[in-house]
Amino acid sequence: MPSQKDLTVLGIESSCDDTAVAVLRGRCILSNIVSSQDSVHGPYGGIVPELASRQHIQNALPVLDAALEQAYITLDAIDGIAVTAGPGLVGSLLVGVSLAKSLAFAKNLPFIGINHLEGHLLAAQIEHGVDFPFLCVLVSGGHTSLYLARDWGLYQRLGATRDDAAGEAFDKGAKMLGLGYPGGRIIDELAKAGRHDAIRFPRARIKKAKYDFSYSGLKTALRQFLASPERERHAQADIAASYQEAVVDPVVDTTIRAAHDLNIGRVVVSGGVSANSRLRQRMVEAGEQNDFRASFPSLKLCTDNAAMIAFAGAWRLAAGQRSGLDLNASAVLPLENV
Amino acid sequence: MPHMIQTFSAEETMSLGRQIGRVLTPGMILGLRGDLGTGKTCLVKGIAEGLGIASETITSPTFTLVAEHYRGRVPLYHIDLYRLEGVEDEELGYEEYLFGQGVAVIEWFPFLPNDVRDSLAEYLLIAVEYGEGDRRTLTLTPYGERYDQLVTQICRESKKRGC
Repeated sequence: MPSQKDLTVLGIESSCDDTAVAVLRGRCILSNIVSSQDSVHGPYGGIVPELASRQHIQNALPVLDAALEQAYITLDAIDGIAVTAGPGLVGSLLVGVSLAKSLAFAKNLPFIGINHLEGHLLAAQIEHGVDFPFLCVLVSGGHTSLYLARDWGLYQRLGATRDDAAGEAFDKGAKMLGLGYPGGRIIDELAKAGRHDAIRFPRARIKKAKYDFSYSGLKTALRQFLASPERERHAQADIAASYQEAVVDPVVDTTIRAAHDLNIGRVVVSGGVSANSRLRQRMVEAGEQNDFRASFPSLKLCTDNAAMIAFAGAWRLAAGQRSGLDLNASAVLPLENV
Repeated sequence: MPHMIQTFSAEETMSLGRQIGRVLTPGMILGLRGDLGTGKTCLVKGIAEGLGIASETITSPTFTLVAEHYRGRVPLYHIDLYRLEGVEDEELGYEEYLFGQGVAVIEWFPFLPNDVRDSLAEYLLIAVEYGEGDRRTLTLTPYGERYDQLVTQICRESKKRGC
Protein backbone atom coordinates (compact mmCIF):
# COMPACT_ATOMS: atom_id res chain seq x y z
CA MET A 1 0.00 0.00 0.00
CA PRO A 2 1.43 3.44 -0.89
CA SER A 3 1.60 6.19 1.71
CA GLN A 4 -1.41 8.31 2.59
CA LYS A 5 -0.43 11.17 0.31
CA ASP A 6 -0.35 8.98 -2.80
CA LEU A 7 -3.51 7.01 -2.09
CA THR A 8 -6.59 7.48 -4.24
CA VAL A 9 -9.55 6.72 -1.97
CA LEU A 10 -13.23 6.47 -2.80
CA GLY A 11 -15.36 7.78 0.08
CA ILE A 12 -19.02 6.84 0.56
CA GLU A 13 -21.37 8.46 3.10
CA SER A 14 -25.08 7.77 3.64
CA SER A 15 -25.64 8.20 7.36
CA CYS A 16 -28.50 10.71 7.24
CA ASP A 17 -30.32 12.69 4.53
CA ASP A 18 -27.63 12.89 1.91
CA THR A 19 -25.99 10.28 -0.24
CA ALA A 20 -22.44 11.40 -0.88
CA VAL A 21 -19.47 10.01 -2.80
CA ALA A 22 -16.04 11.58 -3.16
CA VAL A 23 -12.66 10.79 -4.66
CA LEU A 24 -9.62 11.97 -2.76
CA ARG A 25 -5.94 11.71 -3.71
CA GLY A 26 -3.76 12.65 -0.75
CA ARG A 27 -5.20 15.98 0.36
CA CYS A 28 -6.51 16.76 -3.12
CA ILE A 29 -10.27 16.50 -3.55
CA LEU A 30 -10.85 15.18 -7.07
CA SER A 31 -14.62 15.15 -6.59
CA ASN A 32 -17.08 15.62 -3.74
CA ILE A 33 -20.69 14.94 -4.74
CA VAL A 34 -23.63 15.32 -2.35
CA SER A 35 -27.05 14.19 -3.58
CA SER A 36 -29.20 16.95 -2.10
CA GLN A 37 -27.38 19.63 -4.05
CA ASP A 38 -28.59 18.28 -7.35
CA SER A 39 -31.88 16.60 -6.53
CA VAL A 40 -35.43 17.68 -5.93
CA HIS A 41 -35.87 19.95 -2.95
CA GLY A 42 -38.54 19.08 -0.42
CA PRO A 43 -40.60 21.04 2.08
CA TYR A 44 -37.80 21.23 4.60
CA GLY A 45 -35.46 23.00 2.21
CA GLY A 46 -33.32 19.93 1.64
CA ILE A 47 -34.30 16.56 0.32
CA VAL A 48 -37.29 14.90 1.92
CA PRO A 49 -35.75 12.96 4.78
CA GLU A 50 -36.73 9.34 4.84
CA LEU A 51 -36.62 6.74 7.49
CA ALA A 52 -36.47 4.23 4.70
CA SER A 53 -33.36 3.85 2.65
CA ARG A 54 -35.19 4.08 -0.67
CA GLN A 55 -33.87 7.54 -1.49
CA HIS A 56 -30.31 6.44 -0.80
CA ILE A 57 -30.74 3.38 -3.01
CA GLN A 58 -31.95 5.59 -5.85
CA ASN A 59 -29.10 8.06 -5.31
CA ALA A 60 -26.18 5.71 -4.74
CA LEU A 61 -25.19 4.73 -8.27
CA PRO A 62 -25.85 8.10 -9.97
CA VAL A 63 -23.84 9.86 -7.25
CA LEU A 64 -21.02 7.28 -7.57
CA ASP A 65 -20.94 7.78 -11.35
CA ALA A 66 -20.92 11.55 -10.97
CA ALA A 67 -18.05 11.39 -8.48
CA LEU A 68 -15.93 9.18 -10.75
CA GLU A 69 -16.75 11.26 -13.80
CA GLN A 70 -15.89 14.54 -12.12
CA ALA A 71 -12.61 13.03 -10.91
CA TYR A 72 -11.87 11.86 -14.48
CA ILE A 73 -11.09 8.34 -13.33
CA THR A 74 -12.54 4.85 -13.31
CA LEU A 75 -12.76 2.38 -10.45
CA ASP A 76 -9.52 0.83 -11.71
CA ALA A 77 -7.62 3.89 -10.50
CA ILE A 78 -9.00 3.60 -6.96
CA ASP A 79 -6.64 2.19 -4.29
CA GLY A 80 -9.18 1.71 -1.52
CA ILE A 81 -12.68 2.45 -0.30
CA ALA A 82 -13.83 4.17 2.89
CA VAL A 83 -17.46 4.10 3.99
CA THR A 84 -19.40 5.55 6.91
CA ALA A 85 -20.34 2.63 9.18
CA GLY A 86 -22.07 4.74 11.86
CA PRO A 87 -23.52 6.47 13.74
CA GLY A 88 -26.72 7.16 11.83
CA LEU A 89 -29.87 5.52 10.59
CA VAL A 90 -29.11 1.84 10.09
CA GLY A 91 -31.24 1.54 6.95
CA SER A 92 -29.48 4.51 5.39
CA LEU A 93 -26.02 3.43 6.48
CA LEU A 94 -26.52 -0.05 5.05
CA VAL A 95 -26.95 1.36 1.54
CA GLY A 96 -23.47 2.91 1.65
CA VAL A 97 -21.93 -0.07 3.41
CA SER A 98 -23.42 -2.51 0.88
CA LEU A 99 -22.20 -0.38 -2.03
CA ALA A 100 -18.70 -0.25 -0.55
CA LYS A 101 -18.64 -3.99 0.03
CA SER A 102 -19.84 -4.78 -3.49
CA LEU A 103 -17.24 -2.52 -5.07
CA ALA A 104 -14.48 -3.84 -2.81
CA PHE A 105 -15.43 -7.43 -3.61
CA ALA A 106 -15.84 -6.91 -7.35
CA LYS A 107 -12.62 -4.90 -7.76
CA ASN A 108 -10.67 -6.73 -5.06
CA LEU A 109 -9.99 -3.48 -3.22
CA PRO A 110 -9.23 -2.92 0.46
CA PHE A 111 -12.01 -1.14 2.27
CA ILE A 112 -12.65 0.26 5.72
CA GLY A 113 -15.65 1.34 7.80
CA ILE A 114 -15.31 4.86 9.18
CA ASN A 115 -17.00 6.62 12.07
CA HIS A 116 -18.88 9.60 10.62
CA LEU A 117 -17.63 11.76 13.50
CA GLU A 118 -13.98 11.02 12.71
CA GLY A 119 -14.71 12.40 9.25
CA HIS A 120 -15.96 15.68 10.75
CA LEU A 121 -13.01 15.85 13.15
CA LEU A 122 -10.44 15.46 10.41
CA ALA A 123 -12.21 17.58 7.77
CA ALA A 124 -10.08 20.62 8.59
CA GLN A 125 -6.92 18.55 7.99
CA ILE A 126 -7.69 18.26 4.30
CA GLU A 127 -7.31 21.99 3.69
CA HIS A 128 -5.32 23.37 6.61
CA GLY A 129 -3.22 20.53 7.97
CA VAL A 130 -3.96 21.39 11.63
CA ASP A 131 -1.34 19.93 13.97
CA PHE A 132 -2.37 17.61 16.79
CA PRO A 133 -3.50 18.01 19.50
CA PHE A 134 -6.51 20.15 18.73
CA LEU A 135 -10.05 20.72 19.96
CA CYS A 136 -12.88 20.18 17.54
CA VAL A 137 -16.21 21.87 18.09
CA LEU A 138 -18.81 20.11 15.99
CA VAL A 139 -21.90 22.30 15.62
CA SER A 140 -24.67 21.33 13.22
CA GLY A 141 -28.35 20.52 13.01
CA GLY A 142 -27.78 17.14 14.62
CA HIS A 143 -24.64 17.69 16.71
CA THR A 144 -23.23 20.05 19.28
CA SER A 145 -20.19 18.42 20.78
CA LEU A 146 -16.64 19.10 21.79
CA TYR A 147 -13.83 16.65 21.01
CA LEU A 148 -10.17 16.46 21.81
CA ALA A 149 -8.10 14.99 18.99
CA ARG A 150 -4.71 13.95 20.39
CA ASP A 151 -3.43 12.23 17.28
CA TRP A 152 -4.63 10.19 14.31
CA GLY A 153 -7.23 7.83 15.76
CA LEU A 154 -6.91 9.16 19.32
CA TYR A 155 -10.07 11.07 20.03
CA GLN A 156 -11.98 11.86 23.17
CA ARG A 157 -15.44 13.32 23.49
CA LEU A 158 -15.30 16.02 26.15
CA GLY A 159 -18.94 16.99 26.04
CA ALA A 160 -22.11 17.16 23.97
CA THR A 161 -25.61 18.55 24.02
CA ARG A 162 -28.06 17.03 26.48
CA ASP A 163 -31.05 17.84 24.28
CA ASP A 164 -31.15 20.03 21.16
CA ALA A 165 -28.24 20.75 18.84
CA ALA A 166 -27.24 24.36 18.14
CA GLY A 167 -28.47 24.18 14.54
CA GLU A 168 -31.77 22.85 15.77
CA ALA A 169 -32.00 25.71 18.28
CA PHE A 170 -31.53 28.13 15.37
CA ASP A 171 -34.11 26.43 13.16
CA LYS A 172 -36.73 26.08 15.86
CA GLY A 173 -36.10 29.58 17.18
CA ALA A 174 -36.54 30.96 13.66
CA LYS A 175 -39.77 29.04 13.33
CA MET A 176 -41.07 30.52 16.59
CA LEU A 177 -40.08 33.98 15.36
CA GLY A 178 -41.93 33.31 12.10
CA LEU A 179 -38.75 33.63 10.05
CA GLY A 180 -38.89 30.48 7.93
CA TYR A 181 -36.16 28.14 6.71
CA PRO A 182 -33.17 27.85 6.76
CA GLY A 183 -33.48 29.37 10.21
CA GLY A 184 -29.77 29.62 11.00
CA ARG A 185 -28.95 31.70 7.97
CA ILE A 186 -32.00 33.99 8.38
CA ILE A 187 -31.25 34.67 12.05
CA ASP A 188 -27.60 35.32 11.18
CA GLU A 189 -28.59 37.94 8.58
CA LEU A 190 -31.29 39.58 10.69
CA ALA A 191 -29.05 39.68 13.77
CA LYS A 192 -26.49 41.85 11.97
CA ALA A 193 -28.92 44.76 12.35
CA GLY A 194 -29.75 43.98 15.98
CA ARG A 195 -28.29 44.33 19.47
CA HIS A 196 -26.85 41.17 20.98
CA ASP A 197 -27.55 42.36 24.51
CA ALA A 198 -31.10 43.64 24.01
CA ILE A 199 -32.68 40.67 25.78
CA ARG A 200 -31.01 38.35 28.24
CA PHE A 201 -31.91 34.77 27.29
CA PRO A 202 -30.69 31.99 29.61
CA ARG A 203 -27.43 30.09 29.08
CA ALA A 204 -27.57 26.61 30.52
CA ARG A 205 -24.68 25.21 32.53
CA ILE A 206 -24.71 21.53 33.36
CA LYS A 207 -23.67 20.55 36.84
CA LYS A 208 -20.82 18.04 36.96
CA ALA A 209 -20.44 18.08 33.15
CA LYS A 210 -18.67 21.31 32.36
CA TYR A 211 -18.30 20.66 28.63
CA ASP A 212 -21.93 19.69 28.00
CA PHE A 213 -24.56 21.88 26.35
CA SER A 214 -28.32 22.32 26.67
CA TYR A 215 -30.64 24.35 24.48
CA SER A 216 -34.11 23.16 25.42
CA GLY A 217 -34.44 25.80 28.16
CA LEU A 218 -33.54 28.53 25.67
CA LYS A 219 -36.33 27.41 23.35
CA THR A 220 -38.82 27.58 26.19
CA ALA A 221 -37.47 30.99 27.28
CA LEU A 222 -37.94 32.35 23.76
CA ARG A 223 -41.49 31.07 23.72
CA GLN A 224 -42.24 32.73 27.06
CA PHE A 225 -40.66 35.96 25.88
CA LEU A 226 -42.69 35.98 22.66
CA ALA A 227 -45.89 35.48 24.65
CA SER A 228 -45.05 38.34 27.02
CA PRO A 229 -45.89 42.06 26.58
CA GLU A 230 -42.12 42.63 26.61
CA ARG A 231 -41.99 41.50 23.00
CA GLU A 232 -43.66 44.63 21.69
CA ARG A 233 -40.81 46.73 23.02
CA HIS A 234 -38.16 44.99 20.92
CA ALA A 235 -37.42 44.95 17.20
CA GLN A 236 -37.30 41.54 15.54
CA ALA A 237 -33.59 42.10 14.77
CA ASP A 238 -32.83 42.64 18.48
CA ILE A 239 -34.64 39.44 19.41
CA ALA A 240 -32.80 37.51 16.69
CA ALA A 241 -29.41 38.94 17.74
CA SER A 242 -30.03 38.22 21.43
CA TYR A 243 -31.24 34.71 20.72
CA GLN A 244 -28.26 34.05 18.47
CA GLU A 245 -25.96 35.25 21.23
CA ALA A 246 -27.54 32.75 23.63
CA VAL A 247 -26.86 29.94 21.14
CA VAL A 248 -23.30 31.05 20.37
CA ASP A 249 -22.18 31.96 23.92
CA PRO A 250 -22.10 28.43 25.39
CA VAL A 251 -20.20 27.11 22.36
CA VAL A 252 -17.52 29.80 22.69
CA ASP A 253 -17.34 29.72 26.49
CA THR A 254 -17.07 25.94 26.64
CA THR A 255 -14.33 25.98 24.02
CA ILE A 256 -12.37 28.61 25.96
CA ARG A 257 -12.73 26.57 29.15
CA ALA A 258 -11.55 23.37 27.49
CA ALA A 259 -8.64 25.11 25.76
CA HIS A 260 -7.54 26.50 29.14
CA ASP A 261 -8.07 23.29 31.10
CA LEU A 262 -6.23 21.11 28.61
CA ASN A 263 -3.75 23.72 27.43
CA ILE A 264 -4.62 23.36 23.74
CA GLY A 265 -3.66 26.01 21.20
CA ARG A 266 -5.67 24.92 18.17
CA VAL A 267 -9.42 24.78 17.67
CA VAL A 268 -11.34 23.52 14.65
CA VAL A 269 -14.96 24.57 14.27
CA SER A 270 -16.83 22.16 12.03
CA GLY A 271 -20.44 21.35 11.11
CA GLY A 272 -23.02 23.43 9.26
CA VAL A 273 -23.42 25.98 12.07
CA SER A 274 -19.74 26.94 11.72
CA ALA A 275 -21.01 29.10 8.84
CA ASN A 276 -22.68 31.40 11.39
CA SER A 277 -20.87 34.74 11.15
CA ARG A 278 -21.30 35.65 14.82
CA LEU A 279 -19.88 32.29 15.94
CA ARG A 280 -16.89 32.79 13.63
CA GLN A 281 -16.28 36.31 14.89
CA ARG A 282 -16.63 35.37 18.55
CA MET A 283 -14.45 32.26 18.19
CA VAL A 284 -11.65 34.16 16.44
CA GLU A 285 -11.78 36.89 19.11
CA ALA A 286 -11.83 34.29 21.87
CA GLY A 287 -8.76 32.71 20.31
CA GLU A 288 -6.90 36.02 20.20
CA GLN A 289 -7.66 36.66 23.86
CA ASN A 290 -7.00 33.12 25.03
CA ASP A 291 -4.04 31.98 22.95
CA PHE A 292 -5.66 29.53 20.60
CA ARG A 293 -6.03 29.63 16.86
CA ALA A 294 -9.48 28.87 15.47
CA SER A 295 -9.84 27.43 11.98
CA PHE A 296 -12.92 26.74 9.94
CA PRO A 297 -13.03 24.18 7.14
CA SER A 298 -14.86 25.39 4.04
CA LEU A 299 -18.60 24.78 4.21
CA LYS A 300 -18.55 21.91 1.70
CA LEU A 301 -16.31 20.00 4.10
CA CYS A 302 -18.24 21.12 7.20
CA THR A 303 -21.60 19.69 6.24
CA ASP A 304 -22.09 15.96 5.62
CA ASN A 305 -19.82 14.92 2.78
CA ALA A 306 -17.80 11.92 1.61
CA ALA A 307 -14.44 13.67 1.11
CA MET A 308 -13.95 13.71 4.88
CA ILE A 309 -14.81 9.99 5.01
CA ALA A 310 -12.28 9.27 2.26
CA PHE A 311 -9.68 11.31 4.16
CA ALA A 312 -10.33 9.47 7.44
CA GLY A 313 -10.14 6.23 5.47
CA ALA A 314 -6.89 7.15 3.75
CA TRP A 315 -4.72 7.27 6.85
CA ARG A 316 -6.25 4.08 8.20
CA LEU A 317 -5.80 2.22 4.91
CA ALA A 318 -2.22 3.50 4.66
CA ALA A 319 -1.65 2.19 8.20
CA GLY A 320 -2.79 -1.23 7.02
CA GLN A 321 -6.21 -1.20 8.68
CA ARG A 322 -8.99 -3.09 6.89
CA SER A 323 -12.62 -4.01 7.47
CA GLY A 324 -13.90 -7.45 6.60
CA LEU A 325 -16.84 -8.15 4.31
CA ASP A 326 -18.80 -8.83 7.49
CA LEU A 327 -18.68 -5.11 8.39
CA ASN A 328 -21.99 -3.99 9.85
CA ALA A 329 -23.64 -0.59 10.14
CA SER A 330 -24.18 0.70 13.70
CA ALA A 331 -26.78 3.26 14.70
CA VAL A 332 -24.76 4.08 17.79
CA LEU A 333 -21.00 4.19 17.40
CA PRO A 334 -18.93 6.07 20.00
CA LEU A 335 -15.87 7.66 18.42
CA GLU A 336 -13.55 6.34 21.10
CA ASN A 337 -14.21 2.77 19.99
CA VAL A 338 -13.11 3.14 16.39
CA MET B 1 -61.24 8.43 28.66
CA PRO B 2 -58.67 11.25 28.56
CA HIS B 3 -56.84 11.88 31.80
CA MET B 4 -55.22 15.19 32.67
CA ILE B 5 -52.12 15.59 34.80
CA GLN B 6 -50.48 18.88 35.74
CA THR B 7 -46.79 19.28 36.31
CA PHE B 8 -45.15 22.34 37.83
CA SER B 9 -41.58 21.99 36.58
CA ALA B 10 -39.42 20.19 34.02
CA GLU B 11 -38.32 17.83 36.83
CA GLU B 12 -41.94 16.89 37.49
CA THR B 13 -42.59 16.28 33.79
CA MET B 14 -39.56 14.00 33.75
CA SER B 15 -40.74 12.21 36.85
CA LEU B 16 -44.13 11.58 35.23
CA GLY B 17 -42.21 10.20 32.25
CA ARG B 18 -40.40 7.79 34.58
CA GLN B 19 -43.72 6.50 35.88
CA ILE B 20 -44.93 5.96 32.33
CA GLY B 21 -41.69 4.25 31.34
CA ARG B 22 -41.91 1.80 34.24
CA VAL B 23 -45.22 0.34 33.08
CA LEU B 24 -44.57 0.15 29.32
CA THR B 25 -44.35 -3.25 27.66
CA PRO B 26 -42.82 -4.35 24.31
CA GLY B 27 -44.69 -3.23 21.20
CA MET B 28 -46.35 -0.20 22.79
CA ILE B 29 -46.74 3.04 20.88
CA LEU B 30 -46.83 6.52 22.42
CA GLY B 31 -47.66 9.57 20.33
CA LEU B 32 -46.63 12.99 21.66
CA ARG B 33 -48.22 16.27 20.67
CA GLY B 34 -47.24 19.75 21.80
CA ASP B 35 -45.71 23.04 20.69
CA LEU B 36 -42.00 23.78 20.49
CA GLY B 37 -40.51 24.01 23.96
CA THR B 38 -43.33 22.33 25.89
CA GLY B 39 -40.98 19.59 27.08
CA LYS B 40 -41.66 16.58 24.88
CA THR B 41 -38.01 15.51 24.82
CA CYS B 42 -37.90 16.07 28.58
CA LEU B 43 -40.83 13.69 28.99
CA VAL B 44 -39.02 11.15 26.80
CA LYS B 45 -35.92 11.44 29.02
CA GLY B 46 -38.15 10.38 31.92
CA ILE B 47 -39.74 7.55 29.94
CA ALA B 48 -36.24 6.33 29.06
CA GLU B 49 -35.24 6.28 32.72
CA GLY B 50 -38.39 4.31 33.50
CA LEU B 51 -37.26 1.79 30.91
CA GLY B 52 -33.80 1.63 32.48
CA ILE B 53 -32.03 3.82 29.92
CA ALA B 54 -29.76 6.68 31.07
CA SER B 55 -31.50 9.98 30.36
CA GLU B 56 -28.23 11.67 29.25
CA THR B 57 -28.28 9.48 26.16
CA ILE B 58 -31.65 10.90 25.12
CA THR B 59 -31.23 13.93 22.88
CA SER B 60 -33.57 15.48 20.36
CA PRO B 61 -33.81 13.21 17.28
CA THR B 62 -35.21 16.02 15.12
CA PHE B 63 -32.35 15.80 12.62
CA THR B 64 -31.65 12.11 12.82
CA LEU B 65 -35.41 11.29 12.73
CA VAL B 66 -34.96 8.16 14.85
CA ALA B 67 -32.73 7.24 17.76
CA GLU B 68 -32.61 3.62 18.85
CA HIS B 69 -31.77 2.81 22.46
CA TYR B 70 -31.05 -0.76 23.49
CA ARG B 71 -29.59 -0.40 26.97
CA GLY B 72 -32.90 -0.71 28.87
CA ARG B 73 -35.22 -3.58 29.75
CA VAL B 74 -37.11 -2.92 26.48
CA PRO B 75 -35.68 -1.25 23.33
CA LEU B 76 -36.78 2.37 22.89
CA TYR B 77 -37.34 3.82 19.44
CA HIS B 78 -37.37 7.59 19.84
CA ILE B 79 -38.90 9.04 16.69
CA ASP B 80 -39.29 12.73 15.80
CA LEU B 81 -41.48 13.77 12.88
CA TYR B 82 -40.82 17.54 13.14
CA ARG B 83 -39.07 17.59 9.78
CA LEU B 84 -41.76 15.53 8.11
CA GLU B 85 -44.56 18.08 8.29
CA GLY B 86 -46.65 17.80 5.14
CA VAL B 87 -44.95 14.63 3.88
CA GLU B 88 -47.95 12.44 3.10
CA ASP B 89 -47.41 9.96 0.35
CA GLU B 90 -43.86 8.81 0.95
CA GLU B 91 -43.02 5.30 2.00
CA LEU B 92 -41.23 6.16 5.17
CA GLY B 93 -40.56 2.72 6.54
CA TYR B 94 -41.97 3.13 10.05
CA GLU B 95 -43.08 -0.48 10.25
CA GLU B 96 -39.97 -1.88 11.90
CA TYR B 97 -40.29 0.69 14.66
CA LEU B 98 -44.07 0.70 15.13
CA PHE B 99 -44.55 -3.02 14.97
CA GLY B 100 -41.25 -4.15 16.47
CA GLN B 101 -40.13 -5.52 19.81
CA GLY B 102 -39.49 -2.15 21.37
CA VAL B 103 -41.48 0.80 22.63
CA ALA B 104 -41.97 3.52 20.01
CA VAL B 105 -42.27 7.09 21.29
CA ILE B 106 -43.16 9.51 18.51
CA GLU B 107 -42.67 13.26 18.90
CA TRP B 108 -44.77 15.48 16.59
CA PHE B 109 -47.25 12.61 16.25
CA PRO B 110 -49.76 14.76 14.26
CA PHE B 111 -47.25 14.78 11.38
CA LEU B 112 -47.59 11.03 10.98
CA PRO B 113 -49.06 10.42 7.50
CA ASN B 114 -52.79 9.71 7.74
CA ASP B 115 -52.61 6.23 6.29
CA VAL B 116 -49.92 5.24 8.78
CA ARG B 117 -51.99 6.59 11.66
CA ASP B 118 -55.05 4.77 10.35
CA SER B 119 -53.07 1.55 10.43
CA LEU B 120 -52.47 1.94 14.17
CA ALA B 121 -55.26 0.14 16.00
CA GLU B 122 -54.10 1.09 19.47
CA TYR B 123 -51.80 3.69 20.99
CA LEU B 124 -51.51 6.27 23.76
CA LEU B 125 -51.63 9.93 22.80
CA ILE B 126 -50.03 12.42 25.17
CA ALA B 127 -50.69 16.10 24.54
CA VAL B 128 -48.41 18.56 26.34
CA GLU B 129 -49.66 22.11 26.74
CA TYR B 130 -48.20 25.29 28.17
CA GLY B 131 -49.60 26.67 31.42
CA GLU B 132 -48.44 29.59 33.56
CA GLY B 133 -44.64 29.78 33.73
CA ASP B 134 -43.16 26.31 33.99
CA ARG B 135 -46.51 24.59 34.41
CA ARG B 136 -47.60 22.05 31.86
CA THR B 137 -50.81 20.13 31.35
CA LEU B 138 -50.39 16.61 30.02
CA THR B 139 -53.49 14.95 28.61
CA LEU B 140 -53.27 11.18 28.25
CA THR B 141 -55.76 9.78 25.74
CA PRO B 142 -55.79 5.99 25.35
CA TYR B 143 -56.92 4.36 22.11
CA GLY B 144 -57.70 0.68 22.68
CA GLU B 145 -58.26 -1.42 25.78
CA ARG B 146 -54.61 -2.16 26.37
CA TYR B 147 -53.93 1.57 26.65
CA ASP B 148 -57.01 2.16 28.88
CA GLN B 149 -55.37 -0.18 31.35
CA LEU B 150 -52.02 1.54 30.87
CA VAL B 151 -53.46 4.96 31.72
CA THR B 152 -55.22 3.54 34.78
CA GLN B 153 -51.90 2.05 35.86
CA ILE B 154 -50.01 5.32 35.28
CA CYS B 155 -52.59 7.31 37.25
CA ARG B 156 -52.55 4.84 40.12
CA GLU B 157 -48.76 5.08 40.26
CA SER B 158 -48.75 8.85 40.03
CA LYS B 159 -51.27 9.17 42.89
CA LYS B 160 -49.25 6.77 45.00
CA ARG B 161 -46.18 8.92 44.47
CA GLY B 162 -48.11 12.06 45.21
CA CYS B 163 -47.57 13.62 41.79
